Order: sequence, then C-alpha cells, then structure tokens
Amino acid sequence: MSAILHRIEGVAREPVAFELDGRACTAFEGDTVLTAILTQSERLREAEFSGAARAGFCLMGACQDCWVQLVDGERLRACSTFIEPGMQVRTGSLP
Amino acid sequence: MTTKQFVIVGAGPAGMRAAEQLVAAGQRPIVIDEAQRFGGQIYRQAPDAMQRERRDLYGFEAGRASAVLDRFESLLPQIDYRPDTLVWHIEANTLQLLRAGRTHTLPFDALILATGATDRVLPFPGWTLPGVYTLGAAQVALKYQACLIGPRVVFAGTGPLLYLVAWQYASHGGQVAAVLDSAPASAKLRAVPRLFARPAVAAKGAYFVARLRLMGVPLHSRVSLLKAEGTERVTALTWRASGATRTTECDAIGFGHGLRSETQLADLAGCEFEFSDIEQAWLPSRDSAGRSSVRGVYLAGDGAGILGADAAELSGARAALAALEDLIQPTSMGRAAQIERETRAHISFRHGLETAFALPPRWAAEAPDELIVCRCEEISAGELRACVRDTGTRELNRLKALTRIGMGRCQGRMCAPAAARLLADAVGCTLKDAGRLRSQAPIKPLPISLLHDAAPIPAVPEDEDD
Repeated sequence: MSAILHRIEGVAREPVAFELDGRACTAFEGDTVLTAILTQSERLREAEFSGAARAGFCLMGACQDCWVQLVDGERLRACSTFIEPGMQVRTGSLP
Repeated sequence: MTTKQFVIVGAGPAGMRAAEQLVAAGQRPIVIDEAQRFGGQIYRQAPDAMQRERRDLYGFEAGRASAVLDRFESLLPQIDYRPDTLVWHIEANTLQLLRAGRTHTLPFDALILATGATDRVLPFPGWTLPGVYTLGAAQVALKYQACLIGPRVVFAGTGPLLYLVAWQYASHGGQVAAVLDSAPASAKLRAVPRLFARPAVAAKGAYFVARLRLMGVPLHSRVSLLKAEGTERVTALTWRASGATRTTECDAIGFGHGLRSETQLADLAGCEFEFSDIEQAWLPSRDSAGRSSVRGVYLAGDGAGILGADAAELSGARAALAALEDLIQPTSMGRAAQIERETRAHISFRHGLETAFALPPRWAAEAPDELIVCRCEEISAGELRACVRDTGTRELNRLKALTRIGMGRCQGRMCAPAAARLLADAVGCTLKDAGRLRSQAPIKPLPISLLHDAAPIPAVPEDEDD
C-alpha cells in the first residue's frame, strides 16, 4: 500500500510512536490520527455493508467516514483526533 | 447595564465578528466551537505543535485572516470561549453540549448560529474509493496538516474552490494532473458583469487560472465525471468532454460543486425554512439583519446561505447588533445600515459565481443506477429510483424512511443534495417540491457510553417521520 497523504514540510516536530495493524509506526505531534495513518497507508476502515476500503472524505468532521477503531475497542473520528503515543489502531486490513 | 446570555455557535469569521460586536456592547458571550482552535474552516489554524506562517496557510487572504484571528484572540479574556465542544441538540432555549466525553446543558437568551458550510457534492461512481476527497478536504490536508493528497491529483467539479485549491496544490509542489470543471467556459464570460461587484476577488480567480495554465496544468470545461477507477484505491478518473471520453491517471481526486450550508441546528431550534433559488436548497428564513423566524435565534455566515468569508464577517456583526437591539437596547444602527449596504455587493457577486460555476444541469438524469449516493449506508441511485417507481414516493423524508437515504452517520450532509436531485428527476417535480430532510438529534454521533447520562431526546411523532 502506498500513502495517500504526502508531507510538504521537513518535519521538525516530536515523533509519536504508534501501532498500525500491529506494525510499529511513527507519526508526529500535531498529526491527526487520519494523517498518521494515511501518510503510510491507504485505508482507515472497511465500510460496514460492502466491506470496501474507506479513507475518509471531508476531513472536517461532517461526513463521519473516518471513524477508526483502536485495539481496545474504542472508536474515534480520525480527522479530528490527534495521534497519541502508544495508540494501537486497527484498520481491518491484514497486517 | 443589562446582561443577557448570548451564545454563539461556531468560531469562524461570522462567529468571531459576532463575539466582537457583543463584547463592544459590554456583554460576555459564550462562543462554542467544535474545533480545537478558532478560525472556522476558511481560517483554520494549524495545531500548536506545527509552526506555520500565515502567509503560507492563507495565501492572499493572510492579511484578512490575521485581522480577524488576532482581534478574536485579543478579546478572549472577555469571551467565554469553549472549543472542542459539540452542540448536538437544541430545545426550549437550551443547548445540549458534548465536551470531553460528557454532556452538558446551556440555556440562552439569544443564540447566534454561525455553523458554516461543507462542500456540496454531486457524486460519480467510485467516489467512495480511498483517495477521493472533497475540495475542502484537500485544502484542510494542506492548511491543517501540511500534507497534500496525491502524489498525482485531479481536481474536479465546479466552484471557485476548484481553481483556488488546484493553485494552492500546484504552488506547494503538488502534481496536478488536471482540473476538470463541469461548467462551460462560456458561463464565466456571461458572469463577468456581476463578478465586477467584487473586482479584486474576480481578479484573484483569473490569476489562479492563468498561473495554472502557465504551470502547464491541463484545464478542461463542460466535463462530465464518469467514474473513479480502482478497487482498493483510486487509480484514474474517467471523464467526458466535447463528445470524447478520456481517462486521467491519478492517485487522488479532490472534487465538489460549491458549498452547502450546515442548517441542522437552525432546524432543531424550530426555524422556518424557505427555498433559496440561488442556493437551490432549503435554508432557514431570515431578515436582512439575520433574525430567524424564532425569537432569540439569529443566523449568520455561510450556515445561513453561502456568501463567503468576507460576507460572513459582516453578517456575524449584523446578527449580533440585531440581538443587542432586541434584547438590550437599540445600538449603532448606522453601522447596521452600512453592513447591509456592503452585503449587497456580496449578494451580486454570488449571483455571478452561480452563473460562472453553474451546476451540471443533467447530473441527476445522467447518474447511473449503480452510483452509490449515500456513502454511509451504501444506497444506490437505482434503489432510490426503484423506490419512487414502486411506491410513488414524492418527498425526501418519505424516501428516507423507505430507503434509509440520509439516515446514516452523516445525517445527509454528503448525500442530501444528490438525493433531492435524483428524487426530483425521478418524480418530474422541482427541487423545491422534493422537500428537505428534517434534522434529527444528535446531529453528530455521540459516544454510546453517554446514553445513561444524556437528557432524554423526545421521540419524533410517527406521523412526521413517515
């Protein structure tokens, strides 16, 4: 999988270690969960009915298409939640 | 001096200027905003951890952005500012709030709704694929997260944002594979007289187009968007113009067809709606000062009708003056009259934009049956047409009850403009007669853990929800 989001800056922010589908990954302080995931992957979740891959749509908290699940079951809206150290995100894709 | 509880919902240009006007009159307004920092979508600020220059974030609008953002920041000691807070219901002059995982209630004497807008979307097959976003989303990625969607990106649809975002991407090193405008080039010429209402703004639009041409970005007009190709991720966009079908390879698409007002809270507050010919949508009724049909409820900014950020500053201030006049005493009506005069140029300009970026007139007729209209519940255009054919449904809420269109997590924000057009086309009625989706609380998803401490939500009577 290749990334959907591409950074325009050299990142001088604090790195944030998190887990994406069991894989150790690094994001940066100030990244949303959506940015943390889509700078290294191309899906956030699978649609409830068809199972098709989804990666958000509006990025402003309106479309509700970017809700992701953490390994502990908690659900969060990826475009409006900041990534935190140690978050374990599950997008439904195979590790 | 009398003090009343003034509450503003939304901290974009309208909400910020409304707060300023209330503070100037000696009030201490409460400003509630869903975002983490004030600014709204147009002047959205980067997270604290990022060091971003305003010139880089806002381009030509950096001066305008700084003026309103700095002014609001300087007033924060006199404002009860509540970021990260969702208003999820209104009833009986009381707001229901969600903040830090807890619900609260907030009574008000006057409520100024400055709830803003999102992209208006007329979708095409494949729009649910990863890599396909709204134009607004493409811009948020850049402004808020210093990221570009891509690497190769096609911008499509219509509206002033189309060329602005394409230019922003191109000037930040993005690979813009094409800009596909669904409106004809001739429409831009026809719109020129009205666009002269705001010559500097029109000139900026012309500048973006000229720069994109110089950069070698292919620009096409009168384009029909046929299909985003790919299975796990968008790989290309197939489109048609001048009778020829073409496919442009890309890794991402940003599209939209102008903006759509966020009106759910006005609806829950009980405001009357009327059909707006310019928006081609049902909007809460308001007078020229921003008074809604409900006493104590005022409407401002793009949430009340799309006029853009500069007009939003004006309507925010105007609504605050109206609220002060109604609740405290008549104040500075000279300023009010001046605001209303200045607003006229914005209205004329908006008519010009609607001509220049006309919506594709045959979108509904040409949408294929397999098009997914509702991305929440994956309901297709064919299912909507079958429902009209088999049940004689002629009204949008009836269509919702029977097919679940507009009932998903986004509450119709993404699908309603498309669903209403498909319904009107299938029935053979006007968009006005197709009706509008009634709003339901909570207007955005709440954590299920709140069920035990939330105030009960009154059930909608069955006869209303058929």
